[in-house]
Amino acid sequence: MISIRRRAVARAGALALVAVVSVAWGQGSTVDEIAKYRQALQDGNPAELWEARGEDMWKQPRGPRKVSFERCDLGLGPGVVKGAYAELPRYFADADRVMDLETRLVYCMVTQQGYSDADARKSPFGNGNERKSDIEALVAYVTSQSRGVKMNVSLDHPRMKEMYALGENMFYFRGGTHDFACATCHGEDNKRIRLQDLPNLTTREGAQKAYTTWPAYRVSQGELRTFQWRLYDCFRQQRFPELVFTSDASIALTTFLARNANGAAFDAPAIKR
Amino acid sequence: MADPMKIRANAVGDSTEVKVLMNHEMETGQRKDAQGKAIPAWFIQNVTATYNGKTVLDAQWGPAVSKNPFLAFKFKGGAKGEKVTITWTDNRGDKRTDEATIA
Repeated sequence: MISIRRRAVARAGALALVAVVSVAWGQGSTVDEIAKYRQALQDGNPAELWEARGEDMWKQPRGPRKVSFERCDLGLGPGVVKGAYAELPRYFADADRVMDLETRLVYCMVTQQGYSDADARKSPFGNGNERKSDIEALVAYVTSQSRGVKMNVSLDHPRMKEMYALGENMFYFRGGTHDFACATCHGEDNKRIRLQDLPNLTTREGAQKAYTTWPAYRVSQGELRTFQWRLYDCFRQQRFPELVFTSDASIALTTFLARNANGAAFDAPAIKR
Repeated sequence: MADPMKIRANAVGDSTEVKVLMNHEMETGQRKDAQGKAIPAWFIQNVTATYNGKTVLDAQWGPAVSKNPFLAFKFKGGAKGEKVTITWTDNRGDKRTDEATIA
């Protein structure tokens, strides 16, 4: 009796060991293969097509008032694009609001180019040829001009501190039909969704690696996706209410994550599966 | 009209390395839209590269090539400052030609 039980236990132990080893191996090799895949695509990242379209858009007179973006102040002075994204979100006195890049672009389109607010935010996320997004192209161009620049989001302004605190609260806030928080998936190492590794955004390296590689060209969608889109889709996956484009909620979360990425060199538009 | 290509051409030794990103939907004809109707095929069928009036690459493509395709190739010859021209034609007869200077 005893010996049989012992053998069964021993066998179960051996099985468990095999299972653990194979899972670990499987995960490691998948990650490696995905990394190789990204490496192979790096050279011909179609995000460059968005960057080129965005650069044209930035420089051409647009909207009812026929004004280019070259008077749009992203925080470093009118028309200055180089390095601007590495310091966003930030507080803008003219708008009396903390803004991320997308919000600031909408602001410039409305106040300078004469678009209506609804027109300016009409298509935040593109869908192939039927609906191209100007915002995605502009974001691709502006962010490409911060490649290699160290993230440097300042919380000196009290309104930035407020936004950061709000973002932090949201990150850990559990709710919705699934009782999820951002931290449910992004609060521990080695979590996955399907085969994709999820970054642990509560660690410095995790936040840095994640934030500095958005926006990105999503191969599976054939689109360039912005950080606003990233948050929007995370909300959808959590079954939260729809995250409104350029809402304070979206800016607060962006502020929290961008600030946590401080010190890392920005490296996007990137390419993702 | 289609959006421009992005072309990089670099002289490497006695040959030229060309990298092209094309803007194209590349619909296979196999997909269906939300109403269940087939989305018609729409893809690049022919790609040519010319240098000094001479064709250095002539490719026939099909629907298996990805959206926004990337093409890299090398050809013998080519010198800094000279031009490489790429043209694609799709199955609807749309055409796009762009040019790059060899660096």
